[in-house]
Amino acid sequence: MSMAQHAEPAVTTPPASGPKQTDGRTAQRPLALRLLARPEVGVFLGAAAVLVFFLVVAPSVRQGSSMATILYQSSTIGIMALPVALLMIGGEFDLSSGVAVISSALTASMLSYQLTMNVWVGVFVALLVSLAIGFFNGWVVVKTGLPSFLVTLGTFLILQGANLAVTKWVTGNVATDDISDMDGFSQAKKVFASSFDVGGVQVKITVVWWLVFAALATWVLLRTKYGNWIFAVGGNKDSARAVGVPVTFTKISLFMLVGFGAWFIGMHNLFSFNTVQSGEGVGQELIYISAAVIGGCLLTGGSGSAIGPVFGAFMFGMVQQGIVYAGWNPDWFKAFLGVMLLGAVLINLWVQRTATRR
Amino acid sequence: MHRNRRAATLTATVLVGALFAAGCSSSHGGKKSEEGGATVSAGKATTPRMTVAMITHASPGDTFWDLIRKGAQAAAAKDNIKLVYSSDPNAGNQANLVQNAIDQKVDGIALTAAKPQAMKDAVAKATAAGIPVVGFNSGVGDWKKLGMLEYFGQDENIAGQAFGQRLNQLGAKHALCVIQEQGQVALEARCAGLKKGFSGTTDTIYVNGTDMPSVKATITAKLKQDSSIDQVVTLGAPIALTAVQSVGDAGSKAKVATFDLNKDLVKAVQNGFVEFAVDQQPYLQGYLAVDALWLYKYNGNVSGGSTAPVLTGPAFIDKSNVDKVAEFAAKGTR
Repeated sequence: MSMAQHAEPAVTTPPASGPKQTDGRTAQRPLALRLLARPEVGVFLGAAAVLVFFLVVAPSVRQGSSMATILYQSSTIGIMALPVALLMIGGEFDLSSGVAVISSALTASMLSYQLTMNVWVGVFVALLVSLAIGFFNGWVVVKTGLPSFLVTLGTFLILQGANLAVTKWVTGNVATDDISDMDGFSQAKKVFASSFDVGGVQVKITVVWWLVFAALATWVLLRTKYGNWIFAVGGNKDSARAVGVPVTFTKISLFMLVGFGAWFIGMHNLFSFNTVQSGEGVGQELIYISAAVIGGCLLTGGSGSAIGPVFGAFMFGMVQQGIVYAGWNPDWFKAFLGVMLLGAVLINLWVQRTATRR
Repeated sequence: MHRNRRAATLTATVLVGALFAAGCSSSHGGKKSEEGGATVSAGKATTPRMTVAMITHASPGDTFWDLIRKGAQAAAAKDNIKLVYSSDPNAGNQANLVQNAIDQKVDGIALTAAKPQAMKDAVAKATAAGIPVVGFNSGVGDWKKLGMLEYFGQDENIAGQAFGQRLNQLGAKHALCVIQEQGQVALEARCAGLKKGFSGTTDTIYVNGTDMPSVKATITAKLKQDSSIDQVVTLGAPIALTAVQSVGDAGSKAKVATFDLNKDLVKAVQNGFVEFAVDQQPYLQGYLAVDALWLYKYNGNVSGGSTAPVLTGPAFIDKSNVDKVAEFAAKGTR
């Protein structure tokens, strides 16, 4: 008896606060509840809360230039979080995405430098390499039926080792040579790493790309056949196949999409910093995955959105820079991030349950 | 039931209290030995409060960076400076932290440039915004090109060469250089310098510095695989202490010497487990970098006249001079 009494509070979900009114009296669920059922609403509220919080505690966040810095930080996470989120909706995930960014940048940089070619050649070969890495991941996952966790963990280690070994073998150093004086560099920098002026504030071009990609991903997900396929293969692969969804094509192309994202961010790294360090990128994959999860994508696949991860990435960028603007001890950054991640997941869970209950 | 439980709690509390009172405290070590003069203070400036951002490439949780920060804080306290410390091992993120400091309109930036190219634009922006930037710890070859005001640190390659020459004197033949962070330029420069200055054979291995059990196992395996290795060279104090254990596990006769220092390593040098350490004096680097910004603002001073770096190492610490250092290391400031 006493056992049951103790156990009860753990089972009941927290504040089922809304008044119990309807029970068949209204045909349609209230607008607020229908909104809450959208996966991105929880994270939107969370991001807004974090933003307001830092606007209050850190006065320097209120300037336009600070907001541009925060958005820039968010965009470098967000551009990768988008394809990572789509892949998660499709029921798989990719642990190699962090180092794949560096692999791509290394490829472009070393190829152009060692063969003394226009940097655009390197940029396009790097794109092919990145898509090939994505294809490899997808193909092995689909053909073997192994969990993507295992397959991409393998790729992660292969790339990490190859990044260092090949770079040292080719250049003799752990970093690539400076390519900033080569043909095509300034053009490529305009595309991948320039900034422009908005009312006296320097905004990085990656912020624009991030929003463009997000809009594109949202359209694909909600308005195209391919978008339906993504949800279908993530929800239930076998029944998707039974109704004629090309499962193999969808999964492999999603992995290649992550490859595309890795290429894009890799090019951004290369053209904003002129050289690439072979040891970087490790650990970034978890940031991308976290941004997608905070953004409402389920780890089990089949549910999520493209706009959610945008807010997820914004939360990361906001916290990362906000702690510094607030002048706090950055030793706490990771702990703060963990609390935020757990909080976001719990809020999402609660929102989903509340919204779908009646 | 309830009363019993309360009684038990009470008894336990009383017992613990009694143990404390009875003086069951350790007579050695602990926090107590650290206290007493742990903060160095050299008076206090009466100049208006200024803000300095210190931005490093430290990965969190390394004793070395703790010392840098302590030095910086001591200087900040003395100079009436508000110190904003931040760090990120990822070069892009570190550059973004510089932008963050510019947004905050700080009065000066102290910066490590482990990946100089990545810092180029950020430093130029800060200078254009009228914020003086001083370099320290990393980037000795590039600080002038980047447009920094002055530089405090050691030249890693020169330190590596000096290390190799010392090994020649000690009669080592085959050295193993242990790099604890793949792709870190400064660490690679140390091993490259060692190779240059050392007349014997030098091998390099990579270990994962954030996973000590694997560091231990990797070094042990390497020593077992190649018994001709008679000298282990580590690039950080915690790695050196682990390497000492590896040498024991492998039954090898190799000696251990290292770059950088912390208080446990000082003990290891006193006890003869570690032959010597090359100290670049991180406390001094942090202190000087912050102090330099104050001097520049209020007296226009520039150490090294913007043309020469100010070297804080290499300082060799071995049995002959370790006791002098030990006194300060015990306080956790050296």
